[in-house]
Amino acid sequence: MNGLLFALTVLTLVVALVALGWPLSTWMARTYTTDRDWLVERGVHRLLGIDARSEQRWPNYLRGILAISVLGVLLLYGLQRLQQFLPYSLGLPAVPEGIAFNTAISFVTNTNWQSYSPETTMGYTVQLAGLAVQNFLSAAIGIVVAVALIRGLASRTGAAGLGNVWVDLIRTVTRILLPMAFVAAIVLLATGVIQNFDGFRTVHTITGGTATIPGGPVASQEAIKELGTNGGGFFNANSAHPFENPTGFSNLFEIVLMLLIPFSLTRTFGIMVGDKRQGRAVLASMVVLYVLFTSALVAFEAAGAGSATAAAGAAMEGKEQRFGVLWSALFGSTSTITSTGAVNAMHDSFTPLGGMMAMLNMMLGEIAPGGVGTGLYGFLVIAILAVFLAGLMIGRTPTYLGKRIAAREITFASLYLLTTPTLILAGLGLTFAIPAVAADVAKTSIFNTGPHGFSEVLYAFTSAANNNGSAFGGLTANTAWLNPALGAVMWLGRYLPIVFVLALAGSFASQETRGTAEAGGLDTHRPQFVVLTVGTVLIVTALTYLPVLALGPLAEGLA
Amino acid sequence: MSTTSESTADRADAPATAAADDHQDVRPPSGAFSPSQLVRNLPDAVRKMSPRYLFRNPVMFIVEVGAALTTVLAVALPFLGGDGTTIGFTWLITVWLWLTVLFATLAEAVAEGRGRAQAASLRATRTTTSALRVRGYDRTGDPAVERAETESVASAELKQGDVVVVVAGEVIPGDGDIVAGIASVDESAITGESAPVVREAGGDRSAVTGGTRVLSDRIVVQITSKPGETFVDRMIALVEGAVRQKTPNEIALSILLSVLTIIFVVVVLALGPVAGLQGATPGVTVLVALLVCLIPTTIGALLSAIGIAGMDRLVQRNVLATSGRAVEAAGDVTTLLLDKTGTITYGNRRAVAFLALPGISERRLTEAAALSSIADPTPEGASVVELAAERDFVPTERPGRTIVPFTAQTRMSGIDEADGSALRKGAAASVLAWVQEHGPVAPAVAEQLEERVVGISEQGGTPLAVAERTADGTAHLLGVIHLKDVVKTGLVERFAALRAMGIRTVMVTGDNPVTAAAIAREAGVDDVLAEATPEEKLALIRREQEGGHLVAMTGDGTNDAPALAQADVGVAMNTGTSAAKEAGNMVDLDSDPTKLIDIVTIGKQLLITRGALTTFSIANDVAKYFAIIPAMFVGVFPGLQALNIMQLHSSSSAILSAVIFNALVIVALIPLALRGVRYRPSSASSLLTRNLLVYGLGGVIAPFIGIKLIDLLISLIPGF
Repeated sequence: MNGLLFALTVLTLVVALVALGWPLSTWMARTYTTDRDWLVERGVHRLLGIDARSEQRWPNYLRGILAISVLGVLLLYGLQRLQQFLPYSLGLPAVPEGIAFNTAISFVTNTNWQSYSPETTMGYTVQLAGLAVQNFLSAAIGIVVAVALIRGLASRTGAAGLGNVWVDLIRTVTRILLPMAFVAAIVLLATGVIQNFDGFRTVHTITGGTATIPGGPVASQEAIKELGTNGGGFFNANSAHPFENPTGFSNLFEIVLMLLIPFSLTRTFGIMVGDKRQGRAVLASMVVLYVLFTSALVAFEAAGAGSATAAAGAAMEGKEQRFGVLWSALFGSTSTITSTGAVNAMHDSFTPLGGMMAMLNMMLGEIAPGGVGTGLYGFLVIAILAVFLAGLMIGRTPTYLGKRIAAREITFASLYLLTTPTLILAGLGLTFAIPAVAADVAKTSIFNTGPHGFSEVLYAFTSAANNNGSAFGGLTANTAWLNPALGAVMWLGRYLPIVFVLALAGSFASQETRGTAEAGGLDTHRPQFVVLTVGTVLIVTALTYLPVLALGPLAEGLA
Repeated sequence: MSTTSESTADRADAPATAAADDHQDVRPPSGAFSPSQLVRNLPDAVRKMSPRYLFRNPVMFIVEVGAALTTVLAVALPFLGGDGTTIGFTWLITVWLWLTVLFATLAEAVAEGRGRAQAASLRATRTTTSALRVRGYDRTGDPAVERAETESVASAELKQGDVVVVVAGEVIPGDGDIVAGIASVDESAITGESAPVVREAGGDRSAVTGGTRVLSDRIVVQITSKPGETFVDRMIALVEGAVRQKTPNEIALSILLSVLTIIFVVVVLALGPVAGLQGATPGVTVLVALLVCLIPTTIGALLSAIGIAGMDRLVQRNVLATSGRAVEAAGDVTTLLLDKTGTITYGNRRAVAFLALPGISERRLTEAAALSSIADPTPEGASVVELAAERDFVPTERPGRTIVPFTAQTRMSGIDEADGSALRKGAAASVLAWVQEHGPVAPAVAEQLEERVVGISEQGGTPLAVAERTADGTAHLLGVIHLKDVVKTGLVERFAALRAMGIRTVMVTGDNPVTAAAIAREAGVDDVLAEATPEEKLALIRREQEGGHLVAMTGDGTNDAPALAQADVGVAMNTGTSAAKEAGNMVDLDSDPTKLIDIVTIGKQLLITRGALTTFSIANDVAKYFAIIPAMFVGVFPGLQALNIMQLHSSSSAILSAVIFNALVIVALIPLALRGVRYRPSSASSLLTRNLLVYGLGGVIAPFIGIKLIDLLISLIPGF
């Protein structure tokens, strides 16, 4: 694919995002501000005994999310362990304990890390009743947490309510995710993604050999997998598999799906806080970071690395012929920077610096634009820290959207900032500090030698802590240490930040905002804000991760 | 006109700069910082290195723990079999780590030392004096203590509510209110202002401060402060830093710094095992060095010095804040309520003309004006009497005359004669209303009055109407006195600067709206509250606050107290009543209302200095990474030499240079921390751009240069 064609397709991507994102963002704002319930929603409320009009303070809102998540883990674990008794199990046995635990957490936390090969591990019932349900729910949880934070920032009265978590979750599914996933699945079907319950089919090849070809309800899974920035593939090869992502068009469409909700939420944010310029500034910051990091990854892949790629003509190792270098790189970057974790190429085989960019995308905290909801709240937390310092620098008690950023708010925001790096670095540190574990990881898990081998482990912890779910490949994660360790990291990496964000939202909501006068204060809708937040993100990320990157991809790439 | 604004006038004429010069005789200057201060405060700094004390500063405590660790290592190395180079390197790092801690405590010690120097000069005024305490004070029967017995007690024994007698030449033993008498008082010990001020019983100039000296006459003072809680005591405690509590923004910043520190501790702790995987395990000394370079030591070392110095700067300007919180709030102020008199105009308005109504002789008006002003102690009242004297009329005493003093409610003053006749002088509307109480006023007369009032107002003057009631009970209007205001120079620019900072100025005056508007135009304020009563002032503050503004105001009268308490920053004049001082959260010892602008500036400067140095501290880390990361791993991964963009001499010199730079930058920034970041009023966005460029971008670039220079020097040492 030549450069001009690539540029034109990127333009198509932008046009598609704007055309779809504009109405979507308005629709989402309406979804979370209207009093009117749909008939089907009222039915669900009655069925579950939900008082749709009751406002919840942040601890109750959080309790709802934790309850449904814990329940989700137990159900998903149970389904996997009882697989042999389920219909459509394709004759597959119960999923082993370690994998079942890891997978349950992985799908509930929107990580969708897969330490197994799906087509030979999960039957259709587990896929549909287990994994797909969590794909919807985990995406909805991300979105409603962001909505709760927006409500906290937008509140004026000092009433500490953040909304009703059950109403929000149900609406997210009925009004946003289900309709969109339905349409997306139809489109994917049209591009050639399969949807059947055929199980395995053995075919005889021309040369006389046999091949076993899996079937399955793929399109329905694929739609929510990208739309909800989940990323868990129906097949082990994920979006590199022709049944999941058959053509250049399906590839482009899947990229649109990954970016659609995260980018659109910025405008929803602007509408809900009553100042669309604020949403635009957040969007601009995210776009700047997205373009910056994606361009770097694409550039590193296009440039190739060393004599081998030069001889081959391009860095094509681990990439699909039908996508080529540019589209593999764009997909890989989008997937890692959105918290999706789907892959259409093996990131392990990216050039060392290209692989580093995929890691950096996640290390940014997945905020550009990040996962559904998670990206927005992650970004807002960083923005709050940046605005705090900026506020001091103009001699004012820092405020954001009229909300004071005082000790309480800074505590929650900085604990949020602390969580992910600590999980990654402590996870890595423990892995290599405990002699028995270090030996096992070095012998069993790590595939490559030297810095690249270390990058595999670094990537795994980064992906787990950020709930991305993409894998570097090479690493064997199905071990007695990595399954539970990564499981714990995924769980904490998902719910600790949610606790801090909801606490922050509650703290903002309980602040009565006196008027809207911001004279002499910081304008958070100007280009200056974009520079400030982008700069803060870059410096914080660099300072936190430079040492470990130096030992992995940098050591390899600069060698 | 309101008395609240008039009584501040007695000292406002003195230009602020002259006053500032005077202070320097009494207190050490705040701006200058000399290296000798470092040496003088060294012992104190060493004391502050005690872990028990340092524990409260997590950032520096981590550095101290690191320094202790490398010390142990350096001592043990010869036994563990280190070679000469590593032992020398470890010792050098150790020394510089200890110096880093020392520099941090030194910054705080210097800041406190300067405060102590001020406190010492203040304490000189607190020497125990003896006081004449009145036994069984009889307020009604013997207010001036002509008969009651007195006893001599030490001033420290005085309790709240005690009454003492102070005569010329004596030192006033404690803060209090004059209950009888009038005296001139030398307050230079407190304010630095050498000209004596007049203090008298009743009204808004009755408060006296302990430690000041009565120069003439004899006064009876009721003590209002508890022992050890006088202004001087509070001031000493503040400047010494003894009662310094962390302010809300400082607490928030400390939390952020602690969390950043934790992140870097995790980064460094993980690095050992992770590098070990590839056989690149760094030594403990190197890891400690990396950690100290990464954690925000610059701001961690200077944070408390910045806070102390900010308080200090306020005290230097003779403003006493009851808390650091109030100083921070001052930085957030978006609306300034400024009394017209003394702030916008030079104190006193003077009577310049008597404009009689048709049919009234000017002589009659002159006499009435002068007589009605006998009871008016304000400079304006005095100027009416003076103007009359120029016209050869001197009021004479008459028996049975009752004086009707001015109140903020009646807005009139005058006299009632024994025969039932009376004179009133005051705001035109009030006087007209008074006349109408006695019978209708012909529309033509009211119109003529209005004409004169408007005429004077349009020139920016203040009209005062004069009316009389004859013995038969009928009242007529006589005419109008023209009082003229002089607006201070340079205010237009000052208010424009405030506007750029996002601060709105509202002029508060008792004048009628037309006059007020004329002066407001001339001075360039944004808004005007005319014909202000204390209630309206309070209502205005509430209105502004509901609109999201933070309000600062000055006040001195008892009737200002509610407004002072309501305002976010209430600055009471030292000349004001105790009630006003209690209600406000700052006291201006110079009683100079223009100082409100300085107070706002100091508040902002305090926050800006913290924010700027934090940004600088974090930005510095980028260069330190480029020095230390290649130095740590280049042995195993030669490719990382590409990161050594400073081309540092060797691994050990790179690490040592980063540590030395990290320590020296603290010392280099002590003067800035004490002085505060330069603040010029400008819009928030241009201020932020400037500070981001200087402290953000500058903070990224500066250490590249600094570390390279230090490395060049170190490369001269053999073995490095």
